[in-house]
Amino acid sequence: MGLETPLFAEHQALGGRIVPFGGWDMPLHYGSQLDEHRAVRRDAGMFDVSHMQIVDLDGSGTTDFLRRLIANDVARLKAHGKALYGCMLNERGGVVDDLIIYLRGPERYRMVVNAATAEKDLAWVRKQSSGFDVDTRPRRDLAMIAVQGPNARAKAVDLIPAALRERAAALESFFAAEQGDWLVARTGYTGEDGFEIACPAGEAPALWRGLKKAEVAPCGLGARDTLRLEAGMNLYGQDMDEDTGPLESGLGWTIAWEPGDRNFVGRSALEAQRGRGGLRRFVGLLLTGRGVLRAHQEVLSRGEPWGEITSGGFAPTLQRSIAFARVAPGIDTECEVLIRGKHVAARVVKPPFVRNGRPRIDL
Amino acid sequence: MSNTPENLKYTKEHEWVLDNGDGSLTVGITDHAQEALGDLVFVELPEVGRRVDTAEACAVVESVKAASDIYSPVRGEVLEANTALSDTPETINEDPYGAGWIFKLRLSDASQLDDLLDATGYEALVAEEA
Repeated sequence: MGLETPLFAEHQALGGRIVPFGGWDMPLHYGSQLDEHRAVRRDAGMFDVSHMQIVDLDGSGTTDFLRRLIANDVARLKAHGKALYGCMLNERGGVVDDLIIYLRGPERYRMVVNAATAEKDLAWVRKQSSGFDVDTRPRRDLAMIAVQGPNARAKAVDLIPAALRERAAALESFFAAEQGDWLVARTGYTGEDGFEIACPAGEAPALWRGLKKAEVAPCGLGARDTLRLEAGMNLYGQDMDEDTGPLESGLGWTIAWEPGDRNFVGRSALEAQRGRGGLRRFVGLLLTGRGVLRAHQEVLSRGEPWGEITSGGFAPTLQRSIAFARVAPGIDTECEVLIRGKHVAARVVKPPFVRNGRPRIDL
Repeated sequence: MSNTPENLKYTKEHEWVLDNGDGSLTVGITDHAQEALGDLVFVELPEVGRRVDTAEACAVVESVKAASDIYSPVRGEVLEANTALSDTPETINEDPYGAGWIFKLRLSDASQLDDLLDATGYEALVAEEA
């Protein structure tokens, strides 16, 4: 038996197929993962993401602390409500976790980290925060629902408390607005427009049912994974981990090297990696032969070992199989993947594969 | 609840077997199996003429979740493969006992059918695994 989110009874009532995930019992799908995927690409879907860990941080040293903790730079957050994606690194330059962080006010932040790593993350944050005036507060009193798809915001907006509705409707991409314990952010993990809504746990079932009534499709972890893969978004533990850092995971863009005197955790290790060179590349693959790409399959270039798939699957929007792979340095546009002992042709492509409902690569 | 037709035989690997009465068998995966696998997105079919042994992996179905081997329920020779599944693997989800059949076998020894489960035996197996 795993932990249950405040929406567990809703998942059961909807016939969700419940599976263990990062210590939680979560819905994998509610019938058809493919239908759920398509609902998000074409209309609107909702995900219970209450298993993810919200951590509020405040205190006079919070900005200084976060500029040390995270490889991206929270000093880039100029406006209140603005969000930033980044990674916490260890001293070896590996990734402790990836996260999203919101600036809520002067020296007030909220970060959201992965469910499976939540305890490790909290311990890491507390350890790193010694010597800084910062208070960390995990928020298990809140639930979170992601509403995603081209019609998601229009369908969700009426269910947002009146005092917040107008500001939520006016949000620009990657911004959040809040009122009391409600926080509405125009962010997501699908490559579509939408909101991620945090609210008090007790109010989440009514929001979920309201969304269902507005014909927002309930979606499980399965669709969440195929949507993020098509969108070219990394999954912690699969695409990067404590041993494999951002430079070899397609996350170089999340490292703020400037100003050069900002000494974030892992900086010297990353500088050494960069100086040494020979870094593996993180690429997208499109399977041109028949089959399905899966994590850990071997990638070959001209018959020689080249690398390994980190995430792979069937891309419902493309009706083809796609993957991320980590490969040795060198440019190649054609390669092969070893699937059940057979060499199957694939093409190297640049993610994202899909954005806003449309393919972004040539098939 | 999943559906287990009385006129079929079953394997412990969640395949169904229809005795066509002419020395040939039709093989597919059960309703329970398709439901557990989730949406199917790829099927690899056996070559016609291939000789297979009992419990030999001879086809693969891949769902959004994972790949699963399909085993031959008996020793025999592949007579036909359902090539329509290459373009529409979801047929297995929609009609596992009908249009979603996977391959046909020529049975080498009819007594092998006695080793298969009947509907009651298969349902007991599913209940045990749950």
